[in-house]
Amino acid sequence: MHETRPYGRRAFFGLVAGGVSALWWANPVSRVLAPLTSQFSQLAGDLLPIGGWRIYTISGSMPLFDESVWRLEIGGLVRKPVSLTYEQLTALPAARQVTTFHCVTGWTVKNVRWHGVRFKDLLALAEPMPSATAIEFVSMEEPYTDSLTLDQALLPNVMLAYGMDGAPLSRPHGSPARVVIPEMYGYKGVKWLTKMNLVAKEPTGYWENLGYDQNAWVGRSNGYNS
Amino acid sequence: MATTAERRLPRFGRTERALHWVHASAFMILLVTGLCLYLPSLAEAVGRRPLLKSIHIYTAVAWAIALVVIFTFGNRRQLLSDVRELDDLRPGRMNVGQKVNAIATAAFAILFAVTGFFLWYGERDTRFRLPNALLVHDWLMYVSLILFLGHLFLAVIYPKTRHSLSGITRGWVDEDWALRNHRDWAKEAIAQEGQALEPAGSEIA
Repeated sequence: MHETRPYGRRAFFGLVAGGVSALWWANPVSRVLAPLTSQFSQLAGDLLPIGGWRIYTISGSMPLFDESVWRLEIGGLVRKPVSLTYEQLTALPAARQVTTFHCVTGWTVKNVRWHGVRFKDLLALAEPMPSATAIEFVSMEEPYTDSLTLDQALLPNVMLAYGMDGAPLSRPHGSPARVVIPEMYGYKGVKWLTKMNLVAKEPTGYWENLGYDQNAWVGRSNGYNS
Repeated sequence: MATTAERRLPRFGRTERALHWVHASAFMILLVTGLCLYLPSLAEAVGRRPLLKSIHIYTAVAWAIALVVIFTFGNRRQLLSDVRELDDLRPGRMNVGQKVNAIATAAFAILFAVTGFFLWYGERDTRFRLPNALLVHDWLMYVSLILFLGHLFLAVIYPKTRHSLSGITRGWVDEDWALRNHRDWAKEAIAQEGQALEPAGSEIA
């Protein structure tokens, strides 16, 4: 019987302890390593289209945008209900911005180049009634909905984007159009948008019904307080 | 009289092989479904996210149940002796790399399960939504993928080592291969056996 050296169990418990403790330090460390890992993910992004994004859907398949049938309807508490074709939407005054996208699950994508239209220009077409205080956004991906108050929708960096990084919005990113509100977590940015209902009282959306915060401010909601 | 080339040494028993293949099958299903959930290009090609999510989660549950079943009905003495064997990192039946791989695989399985649980439960109760769980789950995937690819290369491609696959599929390896690759273990095993085994069909684990 030879003497055993219990390095195996040390390695095992060390790995488990390191991994569990990473639940506390993973995020700061990944931020410190970001310059390195972003180069790696750039490289990986060229090989595999990762680019830092993850695509979350709630239904069996991603909605497919068909330009001949797709319309953006703006209705509810408005004086002039509107139904826009893709061509009419993209003919509206264009806005551009470069902003960071934050997901509530902890990942972010920096410097996303969006182009689209401001809600001020969209709402001007439909003329909301004074009783309207919020917009309910309805996705082609049923039953996904979410909402913003009018004040939130009119913040400077908020838009309905139909383009990303210099190209038309792709299917995984919500083609033909999605809501972008960089100050809030991504679940507020309804993808595959097809309808905007102006309402008197802000309704709860898909994730709010599952316990997520109505006002999803980055770093100040859903249990975050940085 | 059998020549050396035909002599076989028992290497992994049924319980050990069952454990290996339960873990390997679960890992591969979890890897494929996980990548489809993770990579946008695959997510778009495959589409059915809720289905993939269900397969991913139920595979993990089935894996955990299968481990309990193996431990309950398998050769527990063998499994405990495996644990003692892994505790001593010096080469024996397995070399140092194999031992480290086995230890890391076991540790990562626990970490995958813990972080996976929080990902699953955090979607149901936001108090348990730990933002780092996703990062740790991803990192584990990267490291495991590298270990897995190395393991596959040595087990099925690299000529010097690929005969070892026989040990985890049929349970035995050629004696002269064992003498070349795991000399001390092979000598000890030969001394214990006294003679070559009958073909694997008659082996009792």
